[in-house]
Amino acid sequence: MSTFDIFLQQLVNGLLLGSFYSLIALGYSMVYGIIKLLNFAHGDIYMAGAFVGLIALSFVSGIVGAGWLGILISMVFSMIAVGLLGVLIQRAAYRPLLNAPRLSILITAIGVSLVLYNSVMVLTDGEFKAFTTDLGFAGVGLGNVHITYTQIILVLATAALMISLNLFISKTKYGKAMRAIALDKDACRLMGINVNKIIAITFFIGSALAAAAGIMAGVYYGSIHFFMGFVLGLKAFTAAVIGGIGSIPGAMIGGLVLGLLEAAGTQLPFIGSEWKDVFAFSILILLLVFKPTGILGKTETERM
Amino acid sequence: MSAENPKVMEKEIQKPLSPGRFTDMLYELLGNKRIRYSVYAALVITALVIPSFADNYVLEVFTNAYFYIILCLGLNIVVGYAGLLDLGYAAFFAVGAYTTGILTSQFGFNFWLTIPFSILFSVIAGVIIGGPTLRLRSDYLAIVTLGFGEITRIAARNLEITGGASGLIGIDRPMLFGMRLYQIHHFYFLFFVLVILAIFISHRLYNSRLGRAWEYIREDEDAAEAMGIDRVRYKLYAYVMGAVFGGVAGSFFAVKMTAISPQTFLFTQSAMILLAVVLGGMGKIQGVIVGALLLVFFPEIFRGIGDMRMLVFGIVLLIIMVFRPQGIWPTRRS
Repeated sequence: MSTFDIFLQQLVNGLLLGSFYSLIALGYSMVYGIIKLLNFAHGDIYMAGAFVGLIALSFVSGIVGAGWLGILISMVFSMIAVGLLGVLIQRAAYRPLLNAPRLSILITAIGVSLVLYNSVMVLTDGEFKAFTTDLGFAGVGLGNVHITYTQIILVLATAALMISLNLFISKTKYGKAMRAIALDKDACRLMGINVNKIIAITFFIGSALAAAAGIMAGVYYGSIHFFMGFVLGLKAFTAAVIGGIGSIPGAMIGGLVLGLLEAAGTQLPFIGSEWKDVFAFSILILLLVFKPTGILGKTETERM
Repeated sequence: MSAENPKVMEKEIQKPLSPGRFTDMLYELLGNKRIRYSVYAALVITALVIPSFADNYVLEVFTNAYFYIILCLGLNIVVGYAGLLDLGYAAFFAVGAYTTGILTSQFGFNFWLTIPFSILFSVIAGVIIGGPTLRLRSDYLAIVTLGFGEITRIAARNLEITGGASGLIGIDRPMLFGMRLYQIHHFYFLFFVLVILAIFISHRLYNSRLGRAWEYIREDEDAAEAMGIDRVRYKLYAYVMGAVFGGVAGSFFAVKMTAISPQTFLFTQSAMILLAVVLGGMGKIQGVIVGALLLVFFPEIFRGIGDMRMLVFGIVLLIIMVFRPQGIWPTRRS
């Protein structure tokens, strides 16, 4: 393979990885923007999305097969189910603590994460589950690099989800309310905005996007595992910080930047694939030292 | 009639309102110095006589409990005293354990000489992680420590000097006054002494100028800074102090087990230590000890639940945070 081929291959890998990071980073950023909570359980929501999707697919595949239609139906189902799970978590675990000290709600979020991944671990006996589809490996060749249609469709699907989210936030009444709450929650209450409802909608959308990423990851990698959300959640958080936490376009850009950096990192000497997680976290730590507000973040310094 | 005994009246009014009547009674009882010291003396004597009748299994469990008390007291300085959330505490414990393991087995160091190195490396790690992140909102610290925990584990798994995935084996047992420590009751007493030391240091820190500064920062950071407390520096002191506790505990862990592997330092480990601190009562030495004891004894008693253990722990953590966020035995300072 020539240098160009390697570059192209890593570009495709980086874009796909970056798409997953972006979709999950959006959930971190939206929740952070609206209630200033780092939702540690978000990576596990992504994992839950993959498992719900797999269950849905096993039902649907009997009727329409495990092709794109089947995947689409299970994805929609999983996004709704996991979105509701996100709302439930917010209602049961986070809302009672919104006015408690910051530490309590952070610890609660860890508790939610422990409960989610351990429940799945108990249910699956901690084993990898095959995510079987009928997609095959057909695709287009660019030089020596083979790009499957699956890869292309996954990147396009991510783009479609992000464009819809942007339209939702910039054009609809609910989107406007979200932006308003991020600025001043109390003023919103006085203006007659149902703040709790908007927070619930935010959790729904964030969780649904993570669920979509979970199914896409299942389709792409072919197997899923109860622990898949842990490291991915951490990296999606890194992506959100790279883009500027609280900023929605920032989360999208941050995810792609991290995905591409990681893909490039695997080609560097001394890094390789065992060290790629270390590479991503080192980027996070360096970023926090030199530019904690990220690419698109606001420059306000807030303290706790 | 109303002037008869206002104190009694007050108590009668307060009782139905207070959720932890048991803890109220406990506080009242332990408020009396003589009772308090007799209870402590009784506990110490009990701990000292346990090895004379208990079998090896019981001693093993107790030694393990003492080890977790040390770790929990260390994390308590970070989480309880200074109000910083550290999710990668197992990393410091790993730093200490690997420092001792590598120096004794590969460089032929005496065990006791490795402790200063453990402390040094823990401090360095603490400054590298804490230095940049403590300037920011403490949420960042939480997630960076989580990342640091993973980095440490991945590094331990991939480096040659740490023995890779299988870890280090055959770490030398320590010598003390010409006697080789190898039996379980040796380690029982060794860890018991460490627990007493950890309690003493925690207590002195809590009542020191430093402890008061931490409390001020935890309660109101801006006000603390306005009063001339350098918040970043004091937070870093807390973080590094916690790191040192973890590092030293790790060193002793290495020689007790004689083998360490990256599997010992999973995120689960950090989560458990945090859970014990939160469960017991952040910032309260007695509470943290109760939390650590529960952490060790609970799985021993309920061995049957096996894999469900972490699930049960997660649920317990949630219930506590929603209904009793201050923990079993919370701190009260007038």
